[in-house]
Parts: sequence; C-alpha cells; structure tokens
Amino acid sequence: MRRIISILLLGIIALGITLSLAKIPFGTPKTKVGRYYIDKGVEETGATNIVTSVVVNYRAFDTLGEVTVLFIAAIGLGAVLTTGRRKKPERKIEPASLVLYTGCRFLFPLILLFGAYIFVHGHLTPGGGFQGGAIVASAFVLTYLGCRERRISERGSKLAESLGGLIFVIVGLVGLAVGGYFLMNFLPKGIPNFLFSAGIIPILYIVIGVKVGSELAGIIDNLIEESE
Amino acid sequence: MIFVFLLVLLMLIAAIAASIFKDLISAVIAAALVSLIAAILFYLLQAPDVAMAEAAIGAALVTVVFIIAIRRTKRFEE
Repeated sequence: MRRIISILLLGIIALGITLSLAKIPFGTPKTKVGRYYIDKGVEETGATNIVTSVVVNYRAFDTLGEVTVLFIAAIGLGAVLTTGRRKKPERKIEPASLVLYTGCRFLFPLILLFGAYIFVHGHLTPGGGFQGGAIVASAFVLTYLGCRERRISERGSKLAESLGGLIFVIVGLVGLAVGGYFLMNFLPKGIPNFLFSAGIIPILYIVIGVKVGSELAGIIDNLIEESE
Repeated sequence: MIFVFLLVLLMLIAAIAASIFKDLISAVIAAALVSLIAAILFYLLQAPDVAMAEAAIGAALVTVVFIIAIRRTKRFEE
C-alpha cells in the first residue's frame, strides 16, 4: 500500500514537472539579460569566457556568498569530526601496491598542474576556480590512495583557505575604495584573449581555486583521518 | 543523435542499478556513472564549465566521500 502511494506521488510530481516545462521551447533564450552578457560581456569585462565574466564580475558578490557557504560547510565538518579526537600513536599504514604508488607519484604533479591551469585560465577557456579547485582536490585524493604515508599539512591547507578568503574580500574592498562599489573591476582590462587581461577576474579566480582546492582536500582529509 | 539517446539510456540504466544494487560499493560506482554521463551530456549541450564541475565533483569527490562512509559502516544492504 505504501509503495503504491509513493509511486502515485512520484507520478504526480513527474506529471507536474512535465506539464510546467512542456510549454518552454528547448534552448531558446528566455531572458533579455543573457543576450546582454553575450553581446557586451567581452567588451565590458575583458574576459572571453562569458560564464566567468558573469560569475566573477557581474555576479561576484554571489560568488563570495558561495565560497562562504563552502567555507562554513568545511568548518562545520571539521568541527563535528575532530571533537574528542585524541592524538593517536603512529599507526603502521599498509603501503599501496607498486603500480599504484608509481602511478600516484607520476600523476600527482600533472593533475595539480592541470587544476592550476584550469583556474589560472578561467577567464579565457572553460572552467575556473571551482572546477580547478575540485581537480586539485582530486589530486590529493589520489595521494591518499597511492602514497598513503603522505598527508597534507593541516596548517598549510588552513592557511591557504584563510588567505584565499581574505584576498577576495580585500580586492573587493579596494574596488569599493577606488570606484565606489564592492568588487569593482579597478585594474586595466587589457586585450581580450591574453593571460594578463580582464582586470581582477584572474586574481579572484586564482584565490577561489586555491581556496576551494584546499577546502575540498581538507574535507576528504578529515573524513579519511576519521575512518582509519 | 543516436549517440545521445544511447547515453541517456545508459544513464537511466545506471540510475536504476544504483537504486537496486544490494552491494553499496557497486551502487556508488553506478551513481558515479550517472554523474559522468551527465557531464558528457552537459558538454554536448555546450556547457563545458558545468561539465567540468560535474565530472570533478559529481563523479570523483562525491564517490570518494561515499566510499569512505561505506568503509565505516556496512558494505551490503540487507
């Protein structure tokens, strides 16, 4: 009986979603503001990746909020998992197999470099701080699989995290002081398609990349520590 | 076009498999497959930014978090 009711409810939800979305033609622009970003984005911000120009320039304040949400989540997880943890004596960690170990040592710098490339070139090519940060964190996950005796230093990751957030806010405040509003793009926009262009966008995306990377790596680190 | 339909079909199969597997590790891998195909579909729909985030977070990091959680608890569902 319960199963029938839940299937019925799911059917009603599916029907509702289908009916409400059926009238919207797929892939057509629904708002005028999207057209504006496509037409004027490169000219106004200097970033050739329009998604980046929206995320870190037009909607940079929202991004600050997003980064803060992630920061609070990481802090909360750390607080929940580390309460009452005592310093454990050094355990003998079972080493990974030779193939995994060698592969990890070979791939770790390459994945790290790729992640850094993604967030440094966020204003030119697809990707940006969040994607690059996630890739950096996945490089650290590989370390936990392959080179098990290595650990990221907790102080280092906390420092990178805090510095990232601090630089983001300071850049925003400098914009407020120079131009009159928070997170104003006060640096010269330069020529589009060049690495040093788009004003504060690359700076913000680099700090977001470092911050997201160290936060996600810290979350995984906390969970693994707890599970051993 | 057929390629896209095949991908969506595979995604559906993986999603159903993830919900009926009794072995939770297999279920997590099936869920990661759903994320991976979603990333490919995002890319085909010309949203490479979202595709990257989905591949890195949905397919890699979430899977790791789930596997750590399963290692702490039980691997098989009764």
